[in-house]
Amino acid sequence: MIRYDLIIIGAGPSGLSAAIEAAKRGLKVIVFDENAKPGGQLFKQIHKFFGSKEHKAKIRGFKIGEDLLKEASDCSVNVMLDAVVTGLYLDKEVTVKTGAGIRHYKADAIIVATGASENMVTFEGWTLPGVIGAGAAQTMMNLYHIKPGNKILMLGSGNVGLVVSFQLMQAGCELTALVDAAPKVGGYGVHASKIARCGVPFYLSHTIIKAEGEQYVNGVTIGEVDSSWKVIPGTEKHFDVDTICLAVGLSPMSQLLKMAGCKMRDTPGGFVPKCDKNGATSIPGIFAAGDVSGIEEASSAMIEGRISGVATAEYLGFISKDEAEASIKKLEKALFSLRQGMFAPENRGKAIEKTEEGINVSASLLKNGFVEASEIERFPGFTKQKGLHPVIECTQNIPCNPCQEACPKNYIKIGEKITSLPTLNEAGECSGCGMCVASCSGQAIFLVDEDYGPGYASVTIPYEFHPLPAAGEDGRALDRSGKEICTAKVIDVKSKKAFDHTHLLTMRVPAEMAVKARFFCRQEGENE
Amino acid sequence: MIRIEEHPILGKPDERKEVAFTCDGKTLTGFEGEPIAAALKAAGIMIHRYTKRQHKPRGIFCAIGRCTDCVMVVDGIPNVRTCVTSLKEGMDVRTQYGVSARAWTGEEESNDKI
Repeated sequence: MIRYDLIIIGAGPSGLSAAIEAAKRGLKVIVFDENAKPGGQLFKQIHKFFGSKEHKAKIRGFKIGEDLLKEASDCSVNVMLDAVVTGLYLDKEVTVKTGAGIRHYKADAIIVATGASENMVTFEGWTLPGVIGAGAAQTMMNLYHIKPGNKILMLGSGNVGLVVSFQLMQAGCELTALVDAAPKVGGYGVHASKIARCGVPFYLSHTIIKAEGEQYVNGVTIGEVDSSWKVIPGTEKHFDVDTICLAVGLSPMSQLLKMAGCKMRDTPGGFVPKCDKNGATSIPGIFAAGDVSGIEEASSAMIEGRISGVATAEYLGFISKDEAEASIKKLEKALFSLRQGMFAPENRGKAIEKTEEGINVSASLLKNGFVEASEIERFPGFTKQKGLHPVIECTQNIPCNPCQEACPKNYIKIGEKITSLPTLNEAGECSGCGMCVASCSGQAIFLVDEDYGPGYASVTIPYEFHPLPAAGEDGRALDRSGKEICTAKVIDVKSKKAFDHTHLLTMRVPAEMAVKARFFCRQEGENE
Repeated sequence: MIRIEEHPILGKPDERKEVAFTCDGKTLTGFEGEPIAAALKAAGIMIHRYTKRQHKPRGIFCAIGRCTDCVMVVDGIPNVRTCVTSLKEGMDVRTQYGVSARAWTGEEESNDKI
């Protein structure tokens, strides 16, 4: 039997964060993870994260993962990989399988940070090769540089479905359609808009009837569902696809906690342990952190991990109660601000009709994935004015404020409450630096000059696809729905280290298109 | 092309060593250390196994070693999760039928009734 002060199960964002805080306070810690590499799902996240500076907003997930690994190694955190924890027993004993053998380990405290697993949905043909989970798609393309398929249908419009859809397009796949049985887009509107303006059709209130093919997927049939989720006859639609990607939610992997005898709760979000605010379960000395205690996202998982690491140090007497409380209070504040806004845990399943500012939300955004031109003008970030200026198409209250921080002229204002919709300071001005465009994790900021020479306007868009168009190139401008609206000429492409792989593409369009043109499509080939 | 040569965020993949392996006796190449499943996917192989009773095809599903849909017979050992097993030079990878590398002969139909 090998002994430690603290055993942490799972080396993902919350487990590593917990290990760092505990190790910093003198605990002898070991982290077990069943994977060959630490970091959990962080290394598959290539998009910029939301939140504010303290949440590492506008930094891409894999970079946050690299930083976390470095921090863990600086604190001499011991991580054992390819090590599957197969049991959590009385007196905080765990069995760990490595290779073909099983060893026993024991500690005075345990933090379970096992994360979540993907949910699945069944339909005719769902077992065919070519039907994959969204996590599988991310693993293949973002870790192993393999396209999950060529023509793909995505099922699920939550943040995972939306983020992975965009990543599939970045990997060079064609996204045929995005389908969800729910009547409204579940994830952030800005994520949906990124996909919609590339021309991907959204089919809300639709479900997959059948994956077609004998040996592997070569097509799919979807159909519209009524309010009781039954397919309405005659609404069937067929698409030629080679891959069907499922993003239908996550479930906490809480089996070890249940096995240990922790009191559990059956919630709409899965089977989770009863925890106090620091992650302490009903068994003294056993804590839970991250998605295993309720599905959120990596940013909150990291804070929860840190809180449980501090709480464990106090539980074992390594720090005083006052010390622990001081550290935890700060972390709780950061966690609290992430849990605000329209997508806050307490708002799940609620129909929100107005923003915090009292503005009617965009109905089209929830149904089609994009804000209609007729709707966008009522949001405070959208303005028309003389000269170059940012147009901020951020229409939902989500906890995010990098744009405010990015503007060197303090022109963009969100204020103390990070869920507020961005507005423009009346007295301010725009230098045209583009930092706001590059730092908006939702890619919802554009620079517009409505008077770019006689009869023309210029529109600068964030661009994260390969190959990158060059200045002088002719193509077409697409509107928010992905519809081609006019010809466009690329007049500038800015790529800077500070933009972190978000290029700023400026196109010249007819003046009347300034309020509509939001994406650039290259001339050659429909799917480039 | 299934391999992503250049990615807008991740750039070009790091230099990796190309290795030869066989799948059902056919020589293929992949990169050392990548999951066997990745090398098969790049070679256009979708079917990893056929189920024991109904002989239904299965391929990559979760890609993280959880679902076991992608198991194959590797170097004579059945039920190897190809999505989390690293490719090595000279590996002998075979489609798995039930739990063996022996293809169906047509006489297994009684299995359906078990």
